[in-house]
Amino acid sequence: MQAQQISIFLENKAGRLSDVTKILSDSGVNIRALSLADTSDFGVLRLIVDNNAKAEEALRNGGFTVKTTPVVAALVNDRPGGLHGILELLTKAGINVEYMYAFVAQSGDNAVMIFRFNKTDDAMAVLSENGVEIIDGEKLYTM
Amino acid sequence: MIYNIEYETMPREALESIQLRRLQATLSRVFATVPFYRSKFLEAGLKPGNIKTLADLAHLPFTNKQDLRDNYPFGMFAVPMDNVVRIHASSGTTGQPTVVGYTARDIDTWAELMARALTAGGASRGDIIHNAYGYGLFTGGLGVHYGAEKLGASVIPVSGGNTRRQVIIMKDFGPSILTATPSYSLHLAEAAEEMGVSFKDLNFRFGVFGAEPWSESMRREIEEKLNLKAVDIYGLSEVIGPGVAIECHEAQNGLHIFEDHFIPEIIDPDTGQALPHGETGELVITSITKEAFPVIRYRTRDITSLNPEPCICGRTMVRMGKVSGRTDDMLIIRGVNVFPSQIESVLMEIDGVEPHYQLEVDRKDNLDILTARVEISDKAFSDEVKELQRLSSTIENNIKETLGVSVSVKLAEPKTIARSEGKAARVIDKRKL
Repeated sequence: MQAQQISIFLENKAGRLSDVTKILSDSGVNIRALSLADTSDFGVLRLIVDNNAKAEEALRNGGFTVKTTPVVAALVNDRPGGLHGILELLTKAGINVEYMYAFVAQSGDNAVMIFRFNKTDDAMAVLSENGVEIIDGEKLYTM
Repeated sequence: MIYNIEYETMPREALESIQLRRLQATLSRVFATVPFYRSKFLEAGLKPGNIKTLADLAHLPFTNKQDLRDNYPFGMFAVPMDNVVRIHASSGTTGQPTVVGYTARDIDTWAELMARALTAGGASRGDIIHNAYGYGLFTGGLGVHYGAEKLGASVIPVSGGNTRRQVIIMKDFGPSILTATPSYSLHLAEAAEEMGVSFKDLNFRFGVFGAEPWSESMRREIEEKLNLKAVDIYGLSEVIGPGVAIECHEAQNGLHIFEDHFIPEIIDPDTGQALPHGETGELVITSITKEAFPVIRYRTRDITSLNPEPCICGRTMVRMGKVSGRTDDMLIIRGVNVFPSQIESVLMEIDGVEPHYQLEVDRKDNLDILTARVEISDKAFSDEVKELQRLSSTIENNIKETLGVSVSVKLAEPKTIARSEGKAARVIDKRKL
């Protein structure tokens, strides 16, 4: 059910981000969603791609520090309060969102959000129980 | 002014005869009381009686900092602890710092040498000395303190830190002599400026600066900003502390080594061969009056040269040039000795951190800034920024705790730090010294 995200450590210097996109482009990997967290010294690039294994191998060969992390892709109603309803459920269940970002493509009338929780399995259980649709990784990568 | 005219202006011949007598007495004593020296001499096939001239000193084996560490803490002491009245230790070494001891007579000797040094630096009885060297295990603070008292000057034991209070004291007490590390003196100048205090209105005439390397351009900056004449002082705790050598304010050209207490040599650091006067190499020192902690041919790792030319101040003692570098990779950060290997051992103790690092030293606002680039491993990498920040601050705290210096850690991508290129790649020193 959960999806895998690839995280890459980047030093804050010119051209590092394009080094990543070049490696992915050369190996035919398509980026489906991304988020970049940065500090004054370094950044962490998080990617959802269509082929994790290929992306990870290519990036490692390119000398990057890479890690895969389980995340949850959930459908969020694309209307006011859609995201709030989901966050409220999680707060009540004592689950923290470490970070989140939006998926590029929409699914019908819904937006797709990528969540990283402190308790991935618990979060998925809460969301399912409350009728929030979770998109399976395999489906997500090619959506 | 010269504090001890008899010794400081002694003709070479008389000085050398005193040196030989004192050297022979020291060798006999360490041979009898320090097992380390005894076995080193015997290994070299020598007994103290074989040293018949000053030139024979060159036959004796060297003593290294590692030898002192191997005999931690008191193994190199040449007197029973009953006779040791003071203990100091070198700054910032992991595991085993270098511990040194003093008898009551050693403390007297040291005070005499520091009284000579302060006098050469322009101080006399009527002066008030603002002593901003740190008091504690570090020899700087207490070394100057005892010398100032011996001289009969008034010493303010202000120690390091609390800079604003120091400025107020300088303004209100009117000290005429400043003793500090050169970098701290410039920091004081800036703090004074921020507080609207001008050194032009203060009473300072001379400053005695040491404990870290500094350049002629830094001297000019200090003299201009602090409105005083700046002289260089040299010493190291293994030998006695500050007061091994001092520049005279008359010439400001080389540091007179107090040769009635220390015999200096310059050697080629690679071959160990003695080099003639004028040539640049590593300074080696033998103490010839110390009781508790004599050192025989101690390799200081400091690079300099010796100049036997007569000096305009009248002192006959040989002058060493300003220290221009080190033969090892030791860095002096704000007066604290730091070896890159110490940083390495701190890194090795942190789970998931690679021992691949590069140190960069710079000087900003006249204070040394140490930055460590540390490669991140797959194991330590987290997709969460806060975890990575926690990792950097753990490294920073552990280094601060172990070495006593503040460091700013920058996480680096793997394999971006040069490998196997020796010491040079480990350290980038951007300070203009």
